[in-house]
Amino acid sequence: MTETWIILGATSSMARAFSRAVSEKGATVLLAGRDMDDLKTAALDCKTRGARRAEAVKFDARKPEGFEAIIERACAEEGLINVACFVGSMPDQSEIDADPSLIAGVVTDSFTGPACFLQMIAPEMEARGGGAVIGVGSVAGDRGRIGNYVYGAAKAGFHTYLSGLRNRLNRSDVHVMTVKPGFVDTAMTWGIEGMFLVASPDDVAASLLRAVKKKKNTLYTPFFWRYIMLIIRSIPEPIFKKLSV
Amino acid sequence: MRWKSEKVSGWGRVLSASSEVARPERMHAFETLSEGDLAPAFGNCRSYGDAPLNNNGRSIDMTRLDRILEFDAETGILEVEAGCRLGELTRLFAPQGWLPAVLPGTGFATIGGAIAMDVHGKNHHVAGSFGQHVVSITLLVDGKKKTISPKNNASLFKATLGGLGQTGIILSAKITMLPCKGDVIMVTERRVDGFDEFLSLLDTSSATYTVGWIDATAKGNALGRGILEEGETGSGLVPARQKSKSIPFNAPSFALSPLTVRLFNKLYFKRVPDHGRTLVKPITDFFFPLDRIHDWNKLYGKRGFHQFQCVVPIDQAPALREMLTQIAHSGLASPLAVLKRMGEGSEGFMSFPMEGYALAVDFPNTEAARVLIPRLEKLTAEAGGRIYLAKDSMSSGVRIRSMYPDYEKWRDEVEKSDPNGALKTDLIRRLELRSTK
Ligand SMILES: Cc1cc2nc3c(=O)[nH]c(=O)nc-3n(C[C@H](O)[C@H](O)[C@H](O)COP(=O)(O)OP(=O)(O)OC[C@H]3O[C@@H](n4cnc5c(N)ncnc54)[C@H](O)[C@@H]3O)c2cc1C
Repeated sequence: MTETWIILGATSSMARAFSRAVSEKGATVLLAGRDMDDLKTAALDCKTRGARRAEAVKFDARKPEGFEAIIERACAEEGLINVACFVGSMPDQSEIDADPSLIAGVVTDSFTGPACFLQMIAPEMEARGGGAVIGVGSVAGDRGRIGNYVYGAAKAGFHTYLSGLRNRLNRSDVHVMTVKPGFVDTAMTWGIEGMFLVASPDDVAASLLRAVKKKKNTLYTPFFWRYIMLIIRSIPEPIFKKLSV
Repeated sequence: MRWKSEKVSGWGRVLSASSEVARPERMHAFETLSEGDLAPAFGNCRSYGDAPLNNNGRSIDMTRLDRILEFDAETGILEVEAGCRLGELTRLFAPQGWLPAVLPGTGFATIGGAIAMDVHGKNHHVAGSFGQHVVSITLLVDGKKKTISPKNNASLFKATLGGLGQTGIILSAKITMLPCKGDVIMVTERRVDGFDEFLSLLDTSSATYTVGWIDATAKGNALGRGILEEGETGSGLVPARQKSKSIPFNAPSFALSPLTVRLFNKLYFKRVPDHGRTLVKPITDFFFPLDRIHDWNKLYGKRGFHQFQCVVPIDQAPALREMLTQIAHSGLASPLAVLKRMGEGSEGFMSFPMEGYALAVDFPNTEAARVLIPRLEKLTAEAGGRIYLAKDSMSSGVRIRSMYPDYEKWRDEVEKSDPNGALKTDLIRRLELRSTK
């Protein structure tokens, strides 16, 4: 069966591993992001790994006027359309403290930009009656923490959006999966203190593919983050507010 | 680039370095590299000693620059970024009928590492060294990208192949792949009872891939006994792959005591029936037998291990026999010992391969091994042979320079490309390869 994957934020390490995995299965991939040089290189890579077609397309979460073109490009393909969204940004909390106007960008990159894109493509997915959306959120969205609560808040918004979208698209057999990765060994985490149990992007990508095939609604990856977050969520607020976990 | 303090070790874990490491994921990182950011590159640190290390300095981890850029199925020419692993290329291309022309014993070696060491494989007698299949290299010299090939800047090309990363950072390369029949391999295994028989079998083997496992603990009449493996690629069904395993902790020292090694080797030898046998294996199991066990280097415990690898000319077989005798009597060898017949092929000024017999033996890092290895090196030097720098952690510069006849040509090219010495590694400093004129 032919299928197309739109991969938003395709230059990230997790997205790279994921694009490769679907390329090896012969999918068409549209690699969407800002760094066109890097995306073109990634497209060549996907092509040599077996993608039916691989193209770089321009996507900037903060410029919704560019979304339509990507959607049209995808609609030109036969078969089911899928979207995997790896977009997000996480400036240092201290930078945000110094300049609160940065919040708007974080929220656009991590929530409203991707949500707007998904909202625009949803009717087409409904019309085709199948396909999947993989929305990559974060364990940071499960509870506001001192170190990254703006990013966490944006991801929490995205989680709620995805659960609503899941409810809507389920009616037309489109599956929406929310992913909450723990620490992954990417450029974003390179050199940051306090990382533990860091997973490789390849392992995360493999778990995404397995889980979306099984139609999981929410995936913590690696799996043990479900339990870590269970504990973190259940710490009573009077205690939690004194901790710096 | 973002820098992170890391401890980096060579595969033998005897030598390690504390460095500031950057791991770029996009080529753009090199466009904004300022002068102070220029640092030696490394791949998967599958070199045993200190070739990839830069203690108290900076280094650049290339493993995330691993994209395959283009493959031309007419010519077999593949363009790929430096951090791509050879095992990944094997996994992807063998089912389509193509293999990297030269594969070392680990699939974790990257394109950059394979070029910088001009690696050899089990087919060296027919295919030569890795560098002989490199069409061109994109090299970052002095902040600028340069494409070099045997025609275009031949001298720099020869200084880069086997050049220990000293001419610049290898960003990507075009290599010629070899056609193969498929992703399985037919392996014929034969017992070999002693040294002379081993050499003559290696001399006359007509197989595409040939390698000898040697029981380096066997003495007397059994000296030099082992198993000869000959392989040809094929296609068809294979038993399902087992999951890879890993060694979670440093093994205690008795794990590789002389007694256990002797016992293991005996059983390993007897594993092959008297009249030999032929097996069909997944291609990666034959080329990269140890890769299925992650971190197997931890088997040697915390102190780590050394590998001694030399090549001596054909007519110096007696010197090799002497080395094996000393190794067997020392009781120090581990089960990992390999004997190969090398052909003539090599590409770079500092390439290891030369026609002759190559011997590689692992030793736990003990006082006695640190006494034995220099003696083996001396025998190698006297025989007109050489030591492989991808494996070395003990040699001295005086000895190494005399083993590599084109050493001065290499040094001159290196000084032109990297006059400030920004790319120097621990190995270069230890062997004083760039400080003497
Ligand atoms: C189990 C095992 C079996 C092996 N078998 C063989 C064998 O059969 N034949 C053989 O020839 N070798 C063999 N080797 C050695 C191995 O092939 C080499 O050490 C190879 O260089 C390792 O590649 P790497 O990517 O890990 O490089 P590293 O070890 O990380 O680096 C090696 C050198 O390359 C330089 N380098 C790496 N990347 C770049 C780059 N992008 N630009 C510039 N310089 C760079 C480094 O500075 C360093 O000098 C074996 C090693 C192991 C562990």
